[in-house]
Amino acid sequence: MSAEVAITLTVNGERVSRRVEARRHLIDFLRLDLGLMGSHTGCEHGVCGACTLRVNSRIVRGCLVLAASLDGAVVETIEGVSDSGEIRDLQEAFVARNACQCGYCTPGMLMTAADLLKTNLQPTREDIRDHLSGNYCRCTGYHAIIDAVEMVARRRNGKAVP
Amino acid sequence: MSRVIDSGSVDRPNSYIGKSIPRPNAGKLVQGRGQYVDDVVLPRMVNVAFVRSPHAHARIVNIDAAEALKIPGVVRVFTGADLVPHCSPWVAVLAHLKGMKSAPQRPLPVDRATWVGEAVAAVLGETRAIAEDAAGRVQVDYEPLPAAVDMETALQAGTPVIHPELGDNLCFERVNQSGDVDAAFAAAHKVVEATFHTGRHTGVTLEPRSVLADYNRASGRLTVHMSTQAPHMMQAVLAQHLGIAEGDVRVICTDVGGSYGIKVHVYPDEVAVAAIAKIVGRPVKFIADRFESFATDIHARDHRITGRMAVDAQGRITAIDIDDLTGIGPYSVYPRTSAVEGNQVVGLVGGPYDFPNFRAKTTVVFQNKTPTCQYRAVGHPIAVAVTEGLVDLAAEAVGLDPAEFRRRNVMRDGTYPRTSPAGMKFEGLSHEASLAKLLEMMDYQGLRAEQKRLRAKGIHCGIGLASFIELTNPSPFMYGIGGARISAQDGCTVRIDPDGSVVAASGVTEQGQGTEAMLRQIVAEGVGVPIERVRIITGDTLTTPYGGGTWAGRGTGIGGEAALQAGLAVREAALKVAGAMLQAQPDTLDLINGEIVDRATGAARMPLTELSRIVYFRGDTLPPDLPRELMQTRHFITKQYPFAFTNGVQASWLEVDIDTGLVKLLKHWCVEDCGRVVNPMLVDEQIRGGIVQGIGAALYEECPYSPEGQLMVGSMADYLVPMAAEMPDIEVGHVETPTQESLLGAKGAGEAGTAGAPGAVMNAINDALRPFGAKVFAQPFTPERILEALGKVGRG
Repeated sequence: MSAEVAITLTVNGERVSRRVEARRHLIDFLRLDLGLMGSHTGCEHGVCGACTLRVNSRIVRGCLVLAASLDGAVVETIEGVSDSGEIRDLQEAFVARNACQCGYCTPGMLMTAADLLKTNLQPTREDIRDHLSGNYCRCTGYHAIIDAVEMVARRRNGKAVP
Repeated sequence: MSRVIDSGSVDRPNSYIGKSIPRPNAGKLVQGRGQYVDDVVLPRMVNVAFVRSPHAHARIVNIDAAEALKIPGVVRVFTGADLVPHCSPWVAVLAHLKGMKSAPQRPLPVDRATWVGEAVAAVLGETRAIAEDAAGRVQVDYEPLPAAVDMETALQAGTPVIHPELGDNLCFERVNQSGDVDAAFAAAHKVVEATFHTGRHTGVTLEPRSVLADYNRASGRLTVHMSTQAPHMMQAVLAQHLGIAEGDVRVICTDVGGSYGIKVHVYPDEVAVAAIAKIVGRPVKFIADRFESFATDIHARDHRITGRMAVDAQGRITAIDIDDLTGIGPYSVYPRTSAVEGNQVVGLVGGPYDFPNFRAKTTVVFQNKTPTCQYRAVGHPIAVAVTEGLVDLAAEAVGLDPAEFRRRNVMRDGTYPRTSPAGMKFEGLSHEASLAKLLEMMDYQGLRAEQKRLRAKGIHCGIGLASFIELTNPSPFMYGIGGARISAQDGCTVRIDPDGSVVAASGVTEQGQGTEAMLRQIVAEGVGVPIERVRIITGDTLTTPYGGGTWAGRGTGIGGEAALQAGLAVREAALKVAGAMLQAQPDTLDLINGEIVDRATGAARMPLTELSRIVYFRGDTLPPDLPRELMQTRHFITKQYPFAFTNGVQASWLEVDIDTGLVKLLKHWCVEDCGRVVNPMLVDEQIRGGIVQGIGAALYEECPYSPEGQLMVGSMADYLVPMAAEMPDIEVGHVETPTQESLLGAKGAGEAGTAGAPGAVMNAINDALRPFGAKVFAQPFTPERILEALGKVGRG
């Protein structure tokens, strides 16, 4: 049991006010309090990356951030960046290249891939592999994911994609 | 109708079989808008947290829940004894595995815990956090008992017998032999020998095991949302053990976040959840946390195998002799049993090769560790690593290049059907063509030259090959004949709706491999409609035809054929109606891209939407006796062969740092023959994903135990899985030898990657270490083990 804390924050562009238990993790706050089921709980130890999402423009593990610490924060989840169209090209590439199988890691993987492409416009395959290494995928073996991210990077640079 | 799968002409009209088409259900997944079990929330739902044994073996003296029940929001606490009146025990044996034994198991044990992590009490709370808080306050008094931990000593006098009523810790043993092995070894030119270990590891589905059971007291019906591969099997098991009619149990699996065989088993804690839901009359949810996953998801591949191979002076294999020992935990897992993995090993060793004398023995023993059972490619990675390890040793012994040695020894293409020395029936395989294609893809000679160049610079790279066979399309010979209610047949219902769209419901299930994409392609082509018009239903026992689900490479080969036959039947039914409407013989018409056309000229005669409008709303205008059955169901089961074997060969190219023992994977290749390929992109991704799971076993993944039986893995930070940065690019090629058992001709593709990868990686490491006379045979091939082999560190 723990004390409750009042927070007001922006989630996917909407202002949200709630009282949360001090121990409530961001991933549980999103899933259980707001019904945003797109971010997934994989390990609850900050290892697997399935709950990766964005707080104040930076990617974080939803299972390692306490909701009580987010008063005034801007949170963006897979639902938000889907609706805004921000990562539509990445999503289309993941579908076209079959870079998503069971889909459980995919929202977190996409958030991390989008984060890479914000700062590195011409990533090598090795750059992509390095940046995505905190996001586990047990289905694909990663090759198709690397292909998809590489394809989007090339397209965003106006290059032809083979 | 043969035009439907006229292979090689993928540009024929309205054709989808053989094309790389993206999955229809991927769009929701990339937006986080799928529905996994934990996403389902029901009114008055409560959550379960389990109290789990910290001991490998202990008597449960007393369970005191008083402190737990004081926490606000705690609904109830259940012990094993509380569930006894509500759920009957099970014994996981199969009649055709002769002599197999196991002990009765209950959802929660009544008086004894037999492995670390076994659930001993269930706490029901209004939220998961409350249930977990309360679980920590349940006081369990244990009397620790001596544990049987090491499989090597499981059958020795002095080792505690886990189930005294069984007499000993032996679950199952089998010797599979043909020819005269002893004579062959006596006459051999060379004999090679090694002892292999395949590390105990687990599947690590990113979505943990998840179940939400909802019992309606008024209707007497139980609905279970479950992350499972086999909903009909779960329906049968829950009905039988909870005493509910099978028809009153509905199992739903919408999206499943990874399975790989982990989610095809009956877990006692999940049965407990269903029993508790029936008792309390409220929806009850259980989502395993990651520790629970490591301690209670089935483990696999805990084997020690000694193997010998005899070869003649021409480098021909004359005999293989292996002795396999495997520890499976305290109970055989229900209902597929934990003897199947060892049984597969003794059937699959030596699989690709043509040799006359064979002996393989497996000994399956009980121990106080997490139960093991079937995980992706069941038994194959073990059999392949042993066989291919011996093959490389034999090639070295007779001074042959490993590729040349394989060329001399694989079964010749065009000599099928035939039966292997282990008694496996092969309808048609392509070892020679696959090996030739692989060597070309990887530029084998060029790579050997590169290896030599790098050696001169002190860089030690290795090439490892692994040929394999893979069992797919299982018949009732796998489980049904042993008495398990596990369907080997599968069905598909296809219907045309009034708007001309098509809905297909299938008994095979989707866990991300692309089952629904495969079905959609086949049904669209079978019926003759644009693929966008087809919707697929899977994963619901109430609305799909009875079937087995997806495991052992059966989705496309079995479920796909049923879908093809049902689609063709619907087309035929539609043409019958069209014939009446157009006053033409049905066989002069065809249905292509949603249009009734003249078969001869292709000229459009009528849109399908007009036909369906008439059938559903103006049936009065059709001849009264005309059948208008726009919904058809077909089932398929293999008949001639117990299994449809596939084959293939993999190669690994890697570098070993001889100072640190670290392995760097540089490239991996696979040529695979799964018969007809329905969607090349999806098949390639199955192969790649499977390979990486095999690489995980070879290099990283292990569930180690202390001598007392304490599991030494507590979180994902302790258990290494392959990450993106460590994995190589993987090139995949195909040879297609369709099965003649079906019109579609497809075999399974999901497990071949996992089957071959550990053997290929092992052989590549040993190839890199060759100048140092060092070899490793114990997976995972950690830096420590490699340095030990190099004599650079002592054995720990």
